[in-house]
Amino acid sequence: MRKIIGIILLIIIAWGIIISLQNVPFGTSRSEVADRYINKGVEETGAANIVTSVVVNYRSLDTLGEVTILFLAAIGLGAVLATTIRKEDRDTEKASLILSTGCKFLFPFILLFGAYIFIHGHLTPGGGFQGGAIIASAFLLMYLGCHNEKRINETGIIISESLGGLVFVIIGLIGLAVGTHHFLNNFMPKGEFNTLLSAGIIPIIYIAIGFKVGSELSRIIDQLMEES
Amino acid sequence: MDFLHNYIYYIGAFGLIFIGIFIMISKRNYIKVIIGLSILDTGVNLFLISVGYISNGTAPIFSKSSIEAKNMVDPVPQALVLTAIVIGVAVLALALSLAIRLYKHYGTLNLQKIKEQKW
Repeated sequence: MRKIIGIILLIIIAWGIIISLQNVPFGTSRSEVADRYINKGVEETGAANIVTSVVVNYRSLDTLGEVTILFLAAIGLGAVLATTIRKEDRDTEKASLILSTGCKFLFPFILLFGAYIFIHGHLTPGGGFQGGAIIASAFLLMYLGCHNEKRINETGIIISESLGGLVFVIIGLIGLAVGTHHFLNNFMPKGEFNTLLSAGIIPIIYIAIGFKVGSELSRIIDQLMEES
Repeated sequence: MDFLHNYIYYIGAFGLIFIGIFIMISKRNYIKVIIGLSILDTGVNLFLISVGYISNGTAPIFSKSSIEAKNMVDPVPQALVLTAIVIGVAVLALALSLAIRLYKHYGTLNLQKIKEQKW
């Protein structure tokens, strides 16, 4: 019964989509706002990666909202999973020497790779969110590979997360006083194009986002591993 | 054949979206509903990316001086999808934590057995 209703509903939706999309051309033109960003983006923001200049410069208020949503999800996860009863340690088999040594060997390199991704966010593909996800994957590897050993330092995670958010908001508020006087404007010198120290506030904000996203995702992993 | 060549990305994206909606409507297990939600999310992201595609275009990055601005694909949907992926991860984590609580409280993940809910 439910399957029949589902199929009927899908046929109705598909009919509407076909009618509305059959006159839309594919792969020929860009929108006008995209032309504006591509043609003026380099001289206005100094970033080689146009997607980064859209995310962190033109639409950075949206990014602040996005970071807030991720923060709220992490808080909500902690509130839903908060239990007073702690389970005692189950007797699981210890990881073999090769596995635990390999995890400890790879852990700093994965952290370094994540840091590289978010520091070079304005030059190469990638950025704060992607680098943060890579850093969280390093912590996930530690949990899966050498468990029963140690957990993430909770205070350190909270400090780095708060510092990331604070740097983002403070740089935005400085923009109200300096430069063109609006929230999150790019008031710092642009520097030489296509080098590491360029693009004004974009690398600073992306590093802050990297720290924030990395610590939030690691805390989500920590809470889910503790519960299972 | 020409139709397939022109619209292959749209067909793939809406295929994923329909599979996701169908799973969410017809399955009773809560974990399977979450999997359907995730597939739907992927389909929407693929659709947004393919709207901004230009035939034989390059990524919107001026990494070399030989890259021309007129061949670049649309950067705005890519920035939107960057946002959508992160929010998708947040929603997925919250839904999974609700699944853990649901299983602890009722001892089952079958949505029909929970409080005699009909759908």
